[in-house]
Amino acid sequence: MNVQVTINGEKLSADVEPRLLLVHLIREVFRLTGTHIGCDTTHCGACTVLLDGRPVKSCTMFAVQVHHRDIQTVEGLEQNGALHPLQEGFIAEHGLQCGYCTPGMLMTTKAFLAKHPSPSEDEIRWAISGNLCRCTGYVNIVKAVQHAAAKLRAAAPAGGAR
Amino acid sequence: MIPAGFDYHAPATIGEATALLSRLGEDAKVLSGGQSLIPLLKLRLASPRHLVDINRIPGLAYVKEADGALRIGALAREVDLDESEVVRGRYPLLADATRVIADPLVRNLATVAGNLAHGDPANDHPAVMLALGAEVTATGPTGERRIPVGSFFKGPFETALKPDELLTEIRVPAPAPRSGGAYMKLERKVGDFATAAVAAQVTLAADGTVAVVGIALTNVGLTPIKAEKAEASLRGKQPDEATIKEAAQLAADAARPEADLRGSVEYKKDVIRVLTARALRKAIERAGGGK
Repeated sequence: MNVQVTINGEKLSADVEPRLLLVHLIREVFRLTGTHIGCDTTHCGACTVLLDGRPVKSCTMFAVQVHHRDIQTVEGLEQNGALHPLQEGFIAEHGLQCGYCTPGMLMTTKAFLAKHPSPSEDEIRWAISGNLCRCTGYVNIVKAVQHAAAKLRAAAPAGGAR
Repeated sequence: MIPAGFDYHAPATIGEATALLSRLGEDAKVLSGGQSLIPLLKLRLASPRHLVDINRIPGLAYVKEADGALRIGALAREVDLDESEVVRGRYPLLADATRVIADPLVRNLATVAGNLAHGDPANDHPAVMLALGAEVTATGPTGERRIPVGSFFKGPFETALKPDELLTEIRVPAPAPRSGGAYMKLERKVGDFATAAVAAQVTLAADGTVAVVGIALTNVGLTPIKAEKAEASLRGKQPDEATIKEAAQLAADAARPEADLRGSVEYKKDVIRVLTARALRKAIERAGGGK
């Protein structure tokens, strides 16, 4: 079947088997390997991408389901050579060690901060409760998200997140 | 993990979907949120030859009050319940439950109707809808029929839906004045199924006694269990601590759990006892009753 999908603003298409998972379309057909496969069982969130702005687990959708829809992956965060404030936050606050969960953490928290520009620690922990990290204990991930939230608020006092 | 091959169908209307289901029969499965079905396909615990994806049927993603009921369309996601002002304001039992189902990412896709139609006694909405006295609308090639949730669950992964029927709507009766509900779930971690959980919904009479009550139990039997003796023990009584304790014990007696990694039979029954008391206290508080 033919799938036409916008990924990080670029219109792409591919002929796929119906059983192809979205994460395999992204990684193997379009070669965007920033989206990771962790557990492959809908638990870990390493494969999180934004579907029409909402974070979803791309290992638990079929590629044919995203026909004519909009996907954002971690590759779309950097703009014109500048890292996204979340990426800067994860660096500044040591929000990663092995980095395997990071693409999913970034995409989940990007969507979260767009709706909650001034989150509490509890709200951040709630938002990332579907993303597992085996290294950090989450403390620095929470700090990284707070770092990015402050930066985004400073950049857009009207409250919008990019 | 790669699912077995299947033919993919994406009907544009309910009529097209039920015509497909009618033609394909038992070889077809309905794909809505997919958050239970796709993991089963990947593990090859299910290998249907056809998937009928209803996600492209417009107009089914609603959560709204109309004609004395909260109406939840087939494609309303858990996140739609969570973000609904009317659910948060008037249906606290639903608002509690949706926030403890799976995790926030899964809830962006998982549908409320799918949570029922899947027929898994470990799912949360079955007991919630039993406690609320909801009914579902099943739509087939020849029209609609309404099924009370009390007669919807036939066994594990088995419901009253026929192979050519779609669960198109859930109707929850609008709460009378002095109503409240609560859902209490024990889970080992976010995303796990309940070790046990209890849904409670009460309506108090003007004198503070219990007029209407629904209590139902998650994941302690082959289907969700309505704790009818516990309900009967409360009706017409002031919901004081002794009455709540008696009802909680009757709910525990109604549980039929199996021992597994989440705990022994005795443990799970005791969890039901504790959670029933907590759910009732919270529901009564939300209904504006007793101390």
